[in-house]
Amino acid sequence: MKVKSKKVDLAEGDLTPMIDMVFQLIAFFMVLINFAQTESNDRVKLPSSQLVKPPEVPLEFPIILHVAQDGEIILGGDDYTAETLRVGLQKELAVIKAEGKTVEDANVVIRAHKDTSAGDVQEVIRVAQEQKLENFALRVKEDNS
Amino acid sequence: MKIRNGEEAQKSGLNMTSMIDVVFLLLIFFVMTFKIVELEGDFSVRMPLAGSDSMTMDPTDLPLKLRLQADEDGKLTTMSLNEISLGTDFDQLRANVVQLIGTTAPAEGEDGPEIEIDTDYNLRYEYVIRSITAVSGYKDGNEVVKLIEKIKFAKPRR
Repeated sequence: MKVKSKKVDLAEGDLTPMIDMVFQLIAFFMVLINFAQTESNDRVKLPSSQLVKPPEVPLEFPIILHVAQDGEIILGGDDYTAETLRVGLQKELAVIKAEGKTVEDANVVIRAHKDTSAGDVQEVIRVAQEQKLENFALRVKEDNS
Repeated sequence: MKIRNGEEAQKSGLNMTSMIDVVFLLLIFFVMTFKIVELEGDFSVRMPLAGSDSMTMDPTDLPLKLRLQADEDGKLTTMSLNEISLGTDFDQLRANVVQLIGTTAPAEGEDGPEIEIDTDYNLRYEYVIRSITAVSGYKDGNEVVKLIEKIKFAKPRR
């Protein structure tokens, strides 16, 4: 007598290729992810230049100043104006001095929006100069075209 | 008669659901945080406060003066290098810089030529960078030929 098994076959798809692809994607994004994005700011769109190259050695004691299109200055997540920037710079310099370095060792990195007024950038430089800072780096985007 | 269905091999398959859940979460995290990194570089400007420099200024060693003028919208209208009007052509500016400093001038170190950029307050920063690019050097194939490395700004015009 033939007895039929009543087992219902579940229509399971083969998940192997999908898992392969998903792992490949994860590997891709993991390799390309850059956690050092703290330097950038969404309000700043840098101008570009063909002559700059990414520095081989990172700058020592950088003080990164973002200058937005409206001239507002962002330093360490806080917003400043040219008049109040002095306070923010003094805080940064206190940290540098606490590490046993002098003001001359600090590098002011200016990341200014391409459409901001040149005068606003000059004001930032002037305020930094008043704090005895003298090394400035105007950050621009590399243009390979 | 009892017929056993003994041949039905129990597949010892792992339950993949939880792993796939986690893997998809990871994937979503990486996709959301992904940002194409734009390569950035610096133009170095060494600008001590005027008067604090202990070096004695040689009156014959005056910097080149680049004046940039803007219209009300911040667009560059004219530029002039040592009073020579150049219009808005950055290639012309570069050619003039080459002519003024000569190709054999020592471009590196403290002895290199210096340029002072004097811009209108409302000129867009992009034009300043373009002029700095023009006076700093040019690309000859893949090589960068340096012209002026010492750049400073005049006092802001309010």
